[in-house]
Amino acid sequence: MAVVSKRPFVIEHLRKAQMIELLAQGRRLDGRSLLDYRPIDIKCNVIQKANGSALVSLGNTQVIAGVKIEVGAPFPDTPDKGVLVVNAEILPLASPYAEPGPPDEDAIELSRVVDRGVRESGMIDLSKLVLIPGQKVRAVFVDVSVLNVDGNLIDATSYAVVAALLTTKMPEVEVTPSGEIKEKDSMIPLPASKIPVSVTFARIGEAMVVDPNSEEEAVMDARITLTTIDEGHLCAGQKGLAGGLTYEQIMFAAETAKIKGQEIRGLIKKAVSSVG
Amino acid sequence: MGKLINDGIRVDGRRVDELRPYRLEVGVLKNADGSAYIELGKNKIIVAVYGPKEMHPKHLALPDRCVLRCRYHMSPFSTDVRKPPAPTRREIEISKVIREALEPAILVEEYPRTAIDIFLEVLQSDGGSRCAAITAASLALADAGISMYDLVVACAVGKVDGVMVLDLSDIEDKEGEADMPVAVMPNLNIITLLQLDGILTHEEFKQGIDLALSGCRKLYEAQRKALMEKYFKGGLNQQEEAE
Repeated sequence: MAVVSKRPFVIEHLRKAQMIELLAQGRRLDGRSLLDYRPIDIKCNVIQKANGSALVSLGNTQVIAGVKIEVGAPFPDTPDKGVLVVNAEILPLASPYAEPGPPDEDAIELSRVVDRGVRESGMIDLSKLVLIPGQKVRAVFVDVSVLNVDGNLIDATSYAVVAALLTTKMPEVEVTPSGEIKEKDSMIPLPASKIPVSVTFARIGEAMVVDPNSEEEAVMDARITLTTIDEGHLCAGQKGLAGGLTYEQIMFAAETAKIKGQEIRGLIKKAVSSVG
Repeated sequence: MGKLINDGIRVDGRRVDELRPYRLEVGVLKNADGSAYIELGKNKIIVAVYGPKEMHPKHLALPDRCVLRCRYHMSPFSTDVRKPPAPTRREIEISKVIREALEPAILVEEYPRTAIDIFLEVLQSDGGSRCAAITAASLALADAGISMYDLVVACAVGKVDGVMVLDLSDIEDKEGEADMPVAVMPNLNIITLLQLDGILTHEEFKQGIDLALSGCRKLYEAQRKALMEKYFKGGLNQQEEAE
């Protein structure tokens, strides 16, 4: 895990002024319009030793997610549910500003916001992961490594986690009468249904843009991430940074998250189906 | 799962748009520059503000503004099962969102090179502790005399038995379908905290925010009263007469 300095990019006042001027005209420094994502590339099954994996590029932001499935004990307060753990690390190789060390609050927030999106969407039916109620369940560990930092780690991480889970295969198991778990040779997918898609907005001045890059993140006033499921309903949200949002800006984000989420859901489906 | 709402009445006897009983008090700790205490349902939270003060370590100081630091912490005895005293990942995330909910209200440029520390201790937890903590923290900031654009007040809403309800209790939070904490600067209409856990339609989302804002307005009145109680004991009129 690494710590990335809060303001990795020193943006000169002139450049910030130029950015805000362009935003007022509905354009951005890298040529995108306000509601354009950078090119999204999703490749599944990139790590053979993992049960599921995905490599996601969002412009220059790059993350890799791997799923490992083990047999373990359930949490005491949910004896009838399997275990799902999502954890994200920003590797020291991901940015000149990243340093090794315990996870800082940004890395913890990243993990928890992505985890919340997957968990609250009901994407994985955890009740189907129970082997012996109260004693043995499947534990699904999703670990994400950020390989290159260029803004919007939340969305890149979220798409990688979802694509990796959708392509996860695990051995079928048999519970012997003596309570032992035996793995069989046949592989089955995870009980996954919905596809949660997060859409992250940055407020820069009065403008709301999606998918901010590092340069935009260095000057943004507030951030909001909203996650939707297939039906368009919202399932998770998180406002970030030391700025506020108006009621109208939040409603705009909610509507846009639905539309953009649908587009990106198509990309994830395509990437998942291309590996079978 | 038992039914949590019967004929529009919740398990603790409240209507869907009703807050739990609350009590706010300003200036409860002698050593702190500012402090406040809140009870909301079973929540008992004490907040202290130290600062603006010299920043340590010095290299973290900013030349043009102050740095806000927040520590939300739950006492080991505050929960049903003992919570080990070391900060959990949940507490670290909540500390961050609370800081980011309060910071928009503070005139940070007035205090260059300094730090403002906000310590929020949950002595007893119930649903919505981060919201109650924010409501108390902005009182503690005001008590410390820190320049602010507005108070910040927070309140959670959620979906329980398919209905949007105000100010979730512990059981409603755990067994309900969704939980959405909201913080607002009520005079500026700027929302400074928004989190969502659980599935809501767009209609429910909008309804939820409206409901949360109505709850925040009630708590805002209580905040004002608590400040008056400390600073204008005899009431505003009496003070005017004295002048």
